[in-house]
Amino acid sequence: MSNHLTNLTLKVWRQSGPNDGGHFESYRIDSISDEASFLEMLDVLNEKLIGDGKEAVVFDHDCREGICGTCSLMIDGQAHGPQRGTATCQLHMRKFQSNQEIVIEPWRATAFPIVKDLMVDRSAFDRIVEAGGFITAPTGGAPDANLIPIAKPVADASMDAAECIGCGACVAACPNGAANLFTSAKVAHLNLLPQGQAERWSRVEAMVETMDEHFGSCTNHGECEAACPKSISIDFIAMMHKDYRKAKFKNRRLIAQI
Amino acid sequence: MVELNAKIPAGDIAEKWDNYKSDMKLVNPNNKRKFKVIVVGSGLAGASAAATLAELGYQVDVFTFHDSPRRAHSIAAQGGINAAKNYHGDGDSVHRLFYDTIKGGDFRAREGNVHRLAQVSVNIIDQMVAQGVPFAREYGGLLDNRSFGGAQVSRTFYARGQTGQQLLLGAYQQLARQIGLGNVRLFNRTELVDTVVIDGRCAGIVVRDLITGEIASHAAHATVLCTGGYGNVFFLSTNAMQCNVTAAWRAHRQGAAFANPCYTQIHPTCIPQADDTQSKLTLMSESLRNDGRVWVPKNADETRSADQIPEEDRDYYLERLYPSFGNLAPRDISSRAAKRAVDSGRGVGPLKNGVYLDFSAAINRLGKGVVQERYGNLFEMYERIAGENPYDVPMRIYPATHYTMGGLWVDYELMTTVPGLYAAGEANFSDHGANRLGASALMQGLADGYFVLPYTIGNYLAPMLNKSTPGVDHPEFKAAETGARARYQQYLDIKGTRSPDWFHRELGKIIWDYCGMERTEQGLEKALSELPPLYEEFQKDLRVTGDGASTNQTLEKAGRVDDFFQLGMLMCKDALERNESCGGHFRAEYQDEEGEAQRDDENFAHVAAWEWTGDPMNATRHAEELEFETIHLAKRSYK
Repeated sequence: MSNHLTNLTLKVWRQSGPNDGGHFESYRIDSISDEASFLEMLDVLNEKLIGDGKEAVVFDHDCREGICGTCSLMIDGQAHGPQRGTATCQLHMRKFQSNQEIVIEPWRATAFPIVKDLMVDRSAFDRIVEAGGFITAPTGGAPDANLIPIAKPVADASMDAAECIGCGACVAACPNGAANLFTSAKVAHLNLLPQGQAERWSRVEAMVETMDEHFGSCTNHGECEAACPKSISIDFIAMMHKDYRKAKFKNRRLIAQI
Repeated sequence: MVELNAKIPAGDIAEKWDNYKSDMKLVNPNNKRKFKVIVVGSGLAGASAAATLAELGYQVDVFTFHDSPRRAHSIAAQGGINAAKNYHGDGDSVHRLFYDTIKGGDFRAREGNVHRLAQVSVNIIDQMVAQGVPFAREYGGLLDNRSFGGAQVSRTFYARGQTGQQLLLGAYQQLARQIGLGNVRLFNRTELVDTVVIDGRCAGIVVRDLITGEIASHAAHATVLCTGGYGNVFFLSTNAMQCNVTAAWRAHRQGAAFANPCYTQIHPTCIPQADDTQSKLTLMSESLRNDGRVWVPKNADETRSADQIPEEDRDYYLERLYPSFGNLAPRDISSRAAKRAVDSGRGVGPLKNGVYLDFSAAINRLGKGVVQERYGNLFEMYERIAGENPYDVPMRIYPATHYTMGGLWVDYELMTTVPGLYAAGEANFSDHGANRLGASALMQGLADGYFVLPYTIGNYLAPMLNKSTPGVDHPEFKAAETGARARYQQYLDIKGTRSPDWFHRELGKIIWDYCGMERTEQGLEKALSELPPLYEEFQKDLRVTGDGASTNQTLEKAGRVDDFFQLGMLMCKDALERNESCGGHFRAEYQDEEGEAQRDDENFAHVAAWEWTGDPMNATRHAEELEFETIHLAKRSYK
């Protein structure tokens, strides 16, 4: 049978809008099944708040299967909470104990301004992808899919990077608010593939420079990898730096000609 | 009065699409920029349509209620995408994929549309590989395939257990490029709240900004709804939390016929509900049934743990009832068998609401290593959710709503009964008949968006060149805006006692109990008697806290639940009127002695398209007869 946790105290960040200063509010959860997910616990809280005539806590969530990347939350100071390789929506209450105080905050990063309560604006990620996180292949002109064989280890490495769900935990966990893990995962996904070679150098340059406009700088803390719900490796950051360095030469025609 | 003209092109089935393309009207490249197209939704269908239309030169506005187009629920598809590539030389062909899809849909889909789907399936794989989708490869570097239910060939392309994610990211990246180039304007966190019809054609949409609550109009020459399915009417489903029917339903209220709402698909292998707080159900890939054995205890009062129950006290009911297919019996049949086992009191788990999917035999036979290699990521996911290790304890599974085959009625051009208004992907009804085969949803979304709409929209727009269309200052837009503002204010003003989620749960229970896996005339009539009073209570006793001028997820939910209520009534009506069993629609009165669905081709070989009359309980039913010119109607047997 499922067990119940009792007497939880939630310290939740409430902020009515981008211009509000924001503050913590404490709420009590008398009892919750350990089978409940963390977000279901917040659902219960919200039902209670509505019952009391109060405004529900705003938080981003959608698939609740750990794949859409919509959910977020700093839980006791950890992005996506205490369980490694797990997004908040897949975190369950059995990872917590009765009588515990749990601090719930939004992603903390200048590049992700708070919209309301626990919801932030992550559209800077979209700007990075729009700058170069694609392969230019307009619909209709593609050659047969088996025309270019791709070695399995290459396809697998590309897939390892492509698993990124774009949740922003890497940025939230980084002391500098850097987006290098996110950006490098997208760069690596495409730069590893034969189809991605034509735009390899312009891609990495455009993406890194757009990233730098919005986010802080990477100083190799490695917090991003630890927080990533898909456990994406910081090796991809090294690969991105290498490609960026090369691109700076290759994209300067005069130097490249020497 | 709704007119259902499917506009299937003339000619042999294999030539219809080519004939259409030869005859269709074109818009000159320099004139395309004079046309604006609105795309609502950014999943596979929406992102691929928007990107392609923008590449062609149209002005495109994309609307999504998500923070980013990449969040759309297409992302959660696990298994794969079908295509008739015949890369394995195992006898696949366009015709075979066409045939399998028609048969899988229990002969309730339109031949012309389905054949086109099979034709363009091969282009999808080419396009997605060109976009950089890292599909699984063999050691030689060529693409790998796996087999899936309802097919005797290996035609499913996949990217680990995240095929939907990778395809969506491919389409999203293509869309992002067009946004970056300024060819597409993206409106994120913006929800459609109405469609506007002026002089008999769709003139645009009214949207609500989910950050500021502002209501605004957008006019366009054509509008495309790629807004997904309505599985969340059941409250508990495998759909994402935000999935809703609002866009399709609002279009329906403006004159778009809604087709076959009772065709919903139940997936047999989901993790059962754990407690009353549960907000959604999670699907476990059907591939698990290749090695797992399904069973329940023989006795309803069994108290021992699974490993303590000896073989003679176990009922491997699928192997017993369907010896030839065993644990791989088709989705609908396995689902109903699980329901019967649980209904008989022999369910397992703390709430006795599941059946075992046991891997101990496979682990003994193959070794733990092989099982881990095949299903490792699924086992991990199960453990995260259920808190039990499936290597030691059998998984518990139960069926859950997963996909909806019904949707807005569309013709061959994917146009609804409102000229200028299109529906694509799961939002339309067109390709899967009464049951969708695994790995075909991704295929349809991308087929519609990449390879159908970009052609058919041009055919509609060409004659509109240099003709004026109504702008957002037209009184009809203003009236729709006023209506939308009043609607959302009304939810805030009721100030009752129950939250939108409370009503949603109650609605879901009724729909699941009476219009779920197994339906009866009596049950549906009961549902139709219980729904209106509950809906009335919703309108009188709803409580939405907060205000309408900033992000308010309770208010958003209220609007969606309102529309789910109306759809729920139509679903039950549709299920009641369809006096046969077919695919996902199983009426207990219509089954053969083996419990298989019994179709009535004489009276029901048609699409039921419902016309809005102001009250879903009194909607008008129209029929589009299905003509089978190529495929012979036959009993759907997998024996």
